[in-house]
Amino acid sequence: MADANVRHERPLSPHIGIYRRQINMVMSILHRITGAALYFGTVLLAAWLIAIAQGPKAFDTVNTLFAHPLGLLVMFGYTWALMHHMFGGFRHFIWDTGRGFDLGTVRLLGWLSILGSMAATVAIWGVALRMRGMI
Amino acid sequence: MSTNLRPTASPTHAAIRTPLAKVRGLGSAKEGTDHFWKQRVTALANVPLTLFLVGLIARLAGSDYATVRATLQQPLIAILLLLLVLSGIHHMRMGMQTIIEDYVPREGRKLGLLMLNSFFAYSAGLTCIFAVLKLAFAAQ
Ligand code: HEM
Repeated sequence: MADANVRHERPLSPHIGIYRRQINMVMSILHRITGAALYFGTVLLAAWLIAIAQGPKAFDTVNTLFAHPLGLLVMFGYTWALMHHMFGGFRHFIWDTGRGFDLGTVRLLGWLSILGSMAATVAIWGVALRMRGMI
Repeated sequence: MSTNLRPTASPTHAAIRTPLAKVRGLGSAKEGTDHFWKQRVTALANVPLTLFLVGLIARLAGSDYATVRATLQQPLIAILLLLLVLSGIHHMRMGMQTIIEDYVPREGRKLGLLMLNSFFAYSAGLTCIFAVLKLAFAAQ
């Protein structure tokens, strides 16, 4: 009955390496990457808070680091990661109710959260810089 | 039992699966949907709390020490920060647990990383909590 020589005719699950890149897989891994980035980024929050609790000198040191162009870049990236992860979370909330699993909706939500996270990040920095008259 | 709630993997499987186990339905990790549910509850709590943090930092960026300190000493702000840290740390610890369990098949390494995950999460969390409380309870 079973023929050992028909191996090549069995359907194989395509390896991730040969898939055309699609919005849903990018979003999936981005949610994980931003989650991990936020995870390690909590060190920044801890450093900021402990420096304030420590006193003016420590506060100045940490502030200088954050105000450095590299520091600002990291903070900007952190803002985007947070926004993107949050929008990604909203998608999960929708799916958790059993809705939004059809391909069209998945793609739409994916693009919405990419664009939404970028818009939110720019808006946050825009408002923050605006408040101190820097732009 | 005639009330089979879901298809079973094999006849043998059906025979050794007691009704009690079926009712409990807790799966191999014996925690059921606990992890999933807590991940969602903390995720939901994180939304307003992280938005609050973003707003707070956007307001305080560039302020002098006295202003920042006085702001963080306000009870409502301190409490919101503490809630954020509690929810956030719990959420990120469980999230990283999932990531580790997904990618690290070797038992020993996995257990080690899961421990490191807890150490890191609780250290970061406790540092934040200590700092907020120290500020909040300090003389004005
Ligand atoms: C802003 C509000 C947030 C929302 C709505 C949110 C939502 C979620 C959700 C729904 C999941 C589960 C994803 C899944 O089951 O596959 C998740 C995973 C995760 N979250 Fe969040 N989260 C938020 C904030 C944060 C923060 C602040 C951190 C870190 C400090 C964080 C770190 C993580 C990590 C590490 C994971 C695991 C990722 C994975 O398994 O792929 N999240 N988040």
